[in-house]
Amino acid sequence: MTGIGQHRTCQEPVLDVERIRRDFPILQQDINGHPLVYLDNAASYQRPRQVIEAISHYYERDHANVHRGVHTLSHRATEAQERGREAARRLLNARSTREIIFTRGTTEAINLVAASLGQSLHPGDEILISHLEHHSNLVPWQLVCERTGARLVVVPIDERGELRLDEYHRLLGTRTRLVAMAHVSNALGTVNPVEEIIATARAHRVPVLIDGAQAIAHQAVDVQALACDFYAFSGHKMCGPTGIGILYGREEWLEKLPPYQGGGDMILSVSFSGTVYNDLPYRFEAGTPHVAGAVGLAAAIEYLEDLGLAGIERHETRLLAYATEAIAALPGVRIIGEARRKAGVLSFTIEGIHPHDLGTVLDHQGVAIRTGHHCAMPVMEHFGLAGTARASFAFYNTVAEIDRLVAGIGTAMRMLGA
Amino acid sequence: MMAETDLGRLYQDIVLRHSRSPHNQHCLPAPDARAEGHNPLCGDRITLYLQLDDGTIREAAFEAVGCAIALASASMLTDAVTGSRRDQALALAAAVQARLSGDDTGGDLGEIEALSGVRAYPMRVRCATLPWRTLEAALRGAHRTVSTETDGR
Repeated sequence: MTGIGQHRTCQEPVLDVERIRRDFPILQQDINGHPLVYLDNAASYQRPRQVIEAISHYYERDHANVHRGVHTLSHRATEAQERGREAARRLLNARSTREIIFTRGTTEAINLVAASLGQSLHPGDEILISHLEHHSNLVPWQLVCERTGARLVVVPIDERGELRLDEYHRLLGTRTRLVAMAHVSNALGTVNPVEEIIATARAHRVPVLIDGAQAIAHQAVDVQALACDFYAFSGHKMCGPTGIGILYGREEWLEKLPPYQGGGDMILSVSFSGTVYNDLPYRFEAGTPHVAGAVGLAAAIEYLEDLGLAGIERHETRLLAYATEAIAALPGVRIIGEARRKAGVLSFTIEGIHPHDLGTVLDHQGVAIRTGHHCAMPVMEHFGLAGTARASFAFYNTVAEIDRLVAGIGTAMRMLGA
Repeated sequence: MMAETDLGRLYQDIVLRHSRSPHNQHCLPAPDARAEGHNPLCGDRITLYLQLDDGTIREAAFEAVGCAIALASASMLTDAVTGSRRDQALALAAAVQARLSGDDTGGDLGEIEALSGVRAYPMRVRCATLPWRTLEAALRGAHRTVSTETDGR
């Protein structure tokens, strides 16, 4: 058991971060002669021992193919897979596991909706996205638009990196067939006002897909309260394995959509004259699933639930505020993305030092950050940049690690500065 | 464990001198040859301009957005190829790329040797080779953008 350790005098539980860190074997190592400071969590989280052990245990004791055998191991594997689905349902507070589809990740989840919903699009129809999107919530829609003659409409952002809600209201129109937007921007950390985005779209009877990749490990998400139609996230951005993700789809929508890929498991009966598709959610899951991924995902969800997402959010908010203040105070630093609501991400540039050079110097001191365009080239273009340095935080990061980051930036400035 | 000296070898004084004040960093209004290079992984972009006179490079200049390594490499390139014949410049481009990628040991490359610190940083080799690939494209008259993510290096 890990998690909420000490209590302050008020009721707000505080994360026992030192204890939590002991759950993460990867954090216990030196990189280039220094204790690792891992601040690239927006790209991928690290995994606690509980997740790694759950996957090992599955392969050592329970593995077989699912839904196919009458033998004990096939039954165990099927149960393991479905426990993962139930854990994802619980995390999102979906009504039913019929609404939980396993995918390879957020990208495939979005591509699934694009491929299936795209079949009913016509020339002149519009897909509404934002200027903040990761390429994975942009390129699938471009492909659909090329195929169908539909039009991609982009809601602009302002100089703080916030969505222009006035423009959103203006661009959402009678031709809009879907709104697809990030919950949290991976490049800037902007938290979008998804409640308002969804409520407005629903008033126009337009379905909404939320790309939750960057939000899921940082705050509690309730798809019923949000009333979104689709919500996508990845296991690896929430302490789970790579290669597994979830598409939540409101049942009424999933019932209407044609299948995504064909193959085993997504069918009830097959003959050369025709095929009867399986029921939800299996209709959208062709082929042998990533059972070990589902097992790891369940373990990751249980781990986060154990810590409590409210405590995680408070801890990360504190880290972000501390890091923002410390880094903004350095000479020549420009913070990129100053939205009023941000989560876990600090993007910045330093005058005279290219992000890649900064990344290399920091790596030498054991500090891992991301540098570049963060798969969000339109966002970089908006700020007139080729890339930024990005530090992104998880619940296992500490203030002392941010001090190491700041010290490392100081070294880079002395070494590379003009 | 990577030693501090590796970082010192990457960012040698001569590299930093070139990156802080690159030589020939401007455009040529009517170049005889020109090419663009792009590293989509990090966003580095370079445009290389050449003024040729009967197969000899009379003037080389560049414009770039890039890291210290890319800027230093482009700056050294323009110094090195000015006055070279086309075939000499192509041979130098091949030799530099071989050296930076670690496939070669022979030959003295002068101050360009200072870039070979990238060999300890596989993810940074492309930063140093991009200007040289762009030079090849310009001399071969390839009217397209070369990318670090296509055709080999």
